[in-house]
Amino acid sequence: MSATVIMDSTTIDRALTRMAHEIVERNPQEDSLALVGIRTHGAQLAQRLGSKLSAILGRDLPTGELDISMHRDDLALRSTPPRVGPSRIAFDVNDKTIVLVDDVLFTGRTIRAALDEIADFGRPRRIQLAILVDRGHRELPIRPDFIGKNVPTALGERIGVRLAEVDGKDEVVVEK
Amino acid sequence: MNTTWQRKDLLGIQDLSVDEINLLLDSATAFKEVGERAVKKVPSLRGKTLVNLFIEPSTRTRTSFELAAKRLSADVINITATASSLVKGETLKDTALNLQALNADIIVIRHSAAGAPYFLSKLLKASVVNAGDGAHEHPTQALLDAFTIREKKGRIAGLNVTILGDILYSRVARSNIWLLTKLGARVTLSGPATLVPRMFEEFGCRVTYDVEEAIRDADVINLLRIQHERQRKTMFPSTGEYAALFGLSKERFARLKPDALIMHPGPINRGVEIDSDIADCGRSVILEQVTNGLAVRMAVLFLCSGGQTGEP
Amino acid sequence: MNPLHIKNGRVIDPVNGTDQVRDVFLSDGRIVERLPGKAEIIEAAGKLVTPGLIDLHVHLREPGRSDKETIETGTRAAARGGFTSVVCMPNTTPAADNTGTIAFIKQRTAEGGCVNVFPTGAISKELKGEELAPIGSLKKAGVVAITDDGHCVQNNELMRRAVEYAKMFDLPVMDHCQDYNLVADGVMHEGHWSVALGLRGWPASGEDVIVARNILLAELADWHVHCQHISSARSVALIREAKKRGVKISGEACPHHFTLTDESVKTYDTNFKMNPPLRSERDRQALIEGLADGTIECICSDHAPHCSYEKEVEFDLAPFGIIGLETELALSLALVHKKFLTLPQLVEKLTVNPARLLRLNKGTLSFGADADVTIIDPDREWTYDVEQTASKSRNSPFHGWELKGKAVATIVGGKVVWRGD
Repeated sequence: MSATVIMDSTTIDRALTRMAHEIVERNPQEDSLALVGIRTHGAQLAQRLGSKLSAILGRDLPTGELDISMHRDDLALRSTPPRVGPSRIAFDVNDKTIVLVDDVLFTGRTIRAALDEIADFGRPRRIQLAILVDRGHRELPIRPDFIGKNVPTALGERIGVRLAEVDGKDEVVVEK
Repeated sequence: MNTTWQRKDLLGIQDLSVDEINLLLDSATAFKEVGERAVKKVPSLRGKTLVNLFIEPSTRTRTSFELAAKRLSADVINITATASSLVKGETLKDTALNLQALNADIIVIRHSAAGAPYFLSKLLKASVVNAGDGAHEHPTQALLDAFTIREKKGRIAGLNVTILGDILYSRVARSNIWLLTKLGARVTLSGPATLVPRMFEEFGCRVTYDVEEAIRDADVINLLRIQHERQRKTMFPSTGEYAALFGLSKERFARLKPDALIMHPGPINRGVEIDSDIADCGRSVILEQVTNGLAVRMAVLFLCSGGQTGEP
Repeated sequence: MNPLHIKNGRVIDPVNGTDQVRDVFLSDGRIVERLPGKAEIIEAAGKLVTPGLIDLHVHLREPGRSDKETIETGTRAAARGGFTSVVCMPNTTPAADNTGTIAFIKQRTAEGGCVNVFPTGAISKELKGEELAPIGSLKKAGVVAITDDGHCVQNNELMRRAVEYAKMFDLPVMDHCQDYNLVADGVMHEGHWSVALGLRGWPASGEDVIVARNILLAELADWHVHCQHISSARSVALIREAKKRGVKISGEACPHHFTLTDESVKTYDTNFKMNPPLRSERDRQALIEGLADGTIECICSDHAPHCSYEKEVEFDLAPFGIIGLETELALSLALVHKKFLTLPQLVEKLTVNPARLLRLNKGTLSFGADADVTIIDPDREWTYDVEQTASKSRNSPFHGWELKGKAVATIVGGKVVWRGD
């Protein structure tokens, strides 16, 4: 299998910076903004976006994380159950503008599960989607609002996202 | 840890590996959080049918499994021995095959005969979860006990755990003994000699009939319910004598380690196994066991039904 | 019926001290010194030729439970197992505590039994252990021993009187040794495995205490008491010591007790549930020692058929017992293959010893004796398929076992009642 690095530490950081500005631009009433990252990498990205938004807005944004395993739509088709972890949303989601954050957008099913799960916590005013890499091949009508990089891929390829907090270094690779 | 859950059934602790036990406990942490949300429900078992087949009645355990299943969005049917045709003489095998004909996905069974869940698991494609079979095992009880200990103490290995009471006829005792010894705790058993045979030392436990010694260095004390029905009358003279000799009185309580946990599978006999006031004190985690029981059972149901039914 | 000429077999006849390759001639229902004329030849080269095997502990279930087994199907199973005589137990419905039941058993045997059937009578009325059964009448009706098998007389005074009374009729007394209170509602041997599995245990003392009782009563009455299906090490020791003192006590052992242990119960398979239960490895070894040194004189099956639906239930609820006539010989030969017993010793325990105990005119190939002969291939390897059994029931733990040794012909009264491949 061959791996091509398509984003390194610098490009990831620049993309996140641009996305943070886009989020602020899109949401002029930013007093109701909150971030929710989808575990595992989405949660780390949400933290990073949170820091950048803090710097821009001069205050901290409520940040939570979701583990969507219990809401997956493929539980009956798998040969073994997924590992589940806890979700942590310590703030009230009602009436908030939630920016969902994940690393890779592919079929859209993870986001659908996340939307379902957030509904269990309350009724946000709106939900927007921020993702680092959009690799195409949507199977559901889900579209991102804030994109780090568009990377058209073939179905057989894999996108690997590594982040320093979890994997020791920052990079995005395409594996054939 | 790369363990995945491969079993369709949970029949006992004896066959589980340490990794599998830890996977169950870790998953339970996630499910405990669900119970703290406003919407205490996840869709994981939506459309699945769970049958509570309680041939030996129990409101507490049955309710816990029922709520766990409903929080996972499953449909629940409750069958108790008095209500079902088992009283009219239908065999367990026939009852189970009838349930299979209804395409039940999970059967939770409590039965007074040891081995009944094993019997069903060989017969049915559905997942079988043991909610207590005779004196053999009560795996979800041991798991929730371990979860509670882990939450409070941060670990199980190296802890001194004392189990007090009727060990011989207790499935809770057995499942706890298997789980605690597997996870590296030091297990001490104590109670009347007629109910705590030395044979248990062959399973890695210490047996002592000196209650003071048993509880002196205990980090956790698990009190078992004492029953004095017909078959026990030859085993010890009265609950009064039991309470005097082995009950956790205020005096004994005062001699415990300051951070020792008090546990009990319930329902408690106030004044017999435990002095009434102590049952309500801060170090008694009896009610937390109930909350944790729900999380553990959700984890068990989620894992056992995850995956293609029947196939490995 | 044709005369038979059994050629070139290794003839083992313990009564006559025979263990040599020679021919055996059968004519007119008897063993004869020479043939009167032409005879059908049975080639037995490489095989053993023994007196017809006797199983002194079999449940034929008739009258009353012919859904489990009949005399016809039970005797066919016996024939397939190499047995020419079986001794059937009295715990039928109604019990064999009256001459009517004995007459019925004899009649059914005449109608459809293919091997000899020797009935036993009850010790107590309805096997309840309260009043003596009409032992004298039972003897007249043809019982070869009295026993309450399935049950055990708990009242020592009653048992004493039964032994004294039976002595008058030259009737041996057999006993299923079980103290009801010690055993209580146990379902398996009390030991490591009953504790691990959470099943109620049955201490070995529950058997030992009655064996001790029987020894003392046999001594008191100076009469024969035979302890059935011995399973515990202590029982073997007690019998050994009593025999040394000359007490008229004896014992029998079943293949499942000297082949399996209580560990087998861990799968909750009810084919491992029997009475007395499978015990520890130590008990199993003691049984083999007892067989080897002559303390235990007989081997029997305690063939106990039960319908499949009766056994396919929770362990606690299943009836006790397994079928055993067709696996008995192979499991017993295993003791010879493993050098615990010699072949002549084994043959004794299945022929002359039971015959002598019960005063049966069987168990020998002496000239003039009944032409009951078993031909055995001791090294034949085969797999036991319980579906092929002649018994009506299928409750055997040995299904699928690779066994070594099989009867290849069973001859009763000069007639071949079963021929195997």
